[in-house]
Amino acid sequence: MDFNGSDTIPGPRTEDHLPHTAQAAVKIVIVGGFGVGKTTMVGSVSEIRPLTTEETMTQAGIGVDDNYGSESKTATTVAMDFGRISITDQLVLYLFGTPGQQRFWFLWNGLFEGALGAVVLVDTRRLEVSFDVIGRLEERGVPFVVAVNSFPDGPRYPLPELRAALDLSEEIPIVACDARRRASSRDVLMTLMRFLHSLAMTGSLT
Amino acid sequence: MTPPRRRRRLPEHEQPPPPADAGRQRASKNPERLYVVAGADEDGARAALDLVTLIVARAEPPPSAPPEQVAVLRLCAAPLSVAELSAYLNLPFSAMTVLLTELLTAELVQARAPIVRQSIPDRSLLEAVMHGLQRL
Ligand SMILES: Nc1nc2c(ncn2[C@@H]2O[C@H](COP(=O)(O)OP(=O)(O)OP(=O)(O)O)[C@@H](O)[C@H]2O)c(=O)[nH]1
Ligand SMILES: [Mg+2]
Repeated sequence: MDFNGSDTIPGPRTEDHLPHTAQAAVKIVIVGGFGVGKTTMVGSVSEIRPLTTEETMTQAGIGVDDNYGSESKTATTVAMDFGRISITDQLVLYLFGTPGQQRFWFLWNGLFEGALGAVVLVDTRRLEVSFDVIGRLEERGVPFVVAVNSFPDGPRYPLPELRAALDLSEEIPIVACDARRRASSRDVLMTLMRFLHSLAMTGSLT
Repeated sequence: MTPPRRRRRLPEHEQPPPPADAGRQRASKNPERLYVVAGADEDGARAALDLVTLIVARAEPPPSAPPEQVAVLRLCAAPLSVAELSAYLNLPFSAMTVLLTELLTAELVQARAPIVRQSIPDRSLLEAVMHGLQRL
């Protein structure tokens, strides 16, 4: 990009500046398959207009024959939406909306490891797209709650059926939400925080 | 209508790499700090930059500073995360960290490391986040 016009580089609006006292940030990951409402949820609770950060990954080309005479590497760009909530003058919370596919996770080294926890957004029309990500969070010991986005044409399963389908143990909270509504998205985050707090009380994480 | 069912994955052979301080954590039998500041390395080695490391300018851009450094220093007159810098400057995260490492080396910016999850959570931190969310 052209940095010479740095006077015109877009930055945060004045009212979006963090105070100088901001000492540290924490992050929460909102993860789910394509189109489940990740961006919507980030946007509905963020105090700033949601932003996008990108990472580029080069992969060794597999089909060398298809690329005859050209560089056998392909570049993949992965974008991640995020938003921000100021917690105190010292502490800031960032929310990252992350695609569920495993190949994206390598790019964002440390994203899941460092996060306080994760919200798995599921769409009852396509429950199976969330199976893989739930398994990965379990393997990595990332505490999570499940938020079920209510799409009008989505089947409504009774909670026990949903829990059985997702193969979640009793303690993992499952909540319904409408990611378009700030209050609803906030409640999902509160559910996650209460869950983390209960883990802190019992002194164990997953 | 019955939903599809998840099948638990078999334990994988390739485990994710342990966090850098896993050894230290395991060695300590009585951990009382549950969230640590990322990369507060015992050797004092500089932490890897996280998406939510907060960057703050420490100085005015020197006249010799290249335009991309000037742009970063202007943006982080107030604290700004690496992710936000990457978004505003339209630079991929890894390119952003290269640029920031130069600025850190030149002591033109300060990095404030994030608080990352530890094996046992810090209740007061969680309570602070809950209070903040309640005010939303
Ligand atoms: N009814 C309903 N619609 C929703 C809800 N959340 C999101 N949507 C709609 O679903 C569509 C997809 O939402 P996005 O937030 O873009 O989903 P996403 O997970 O970010 O999608 P990708 O980034 O493409 O994977 C949009 O048209 C939203 O308005 C919800 O809770 N209820
Ligand atoms: Mg999206």
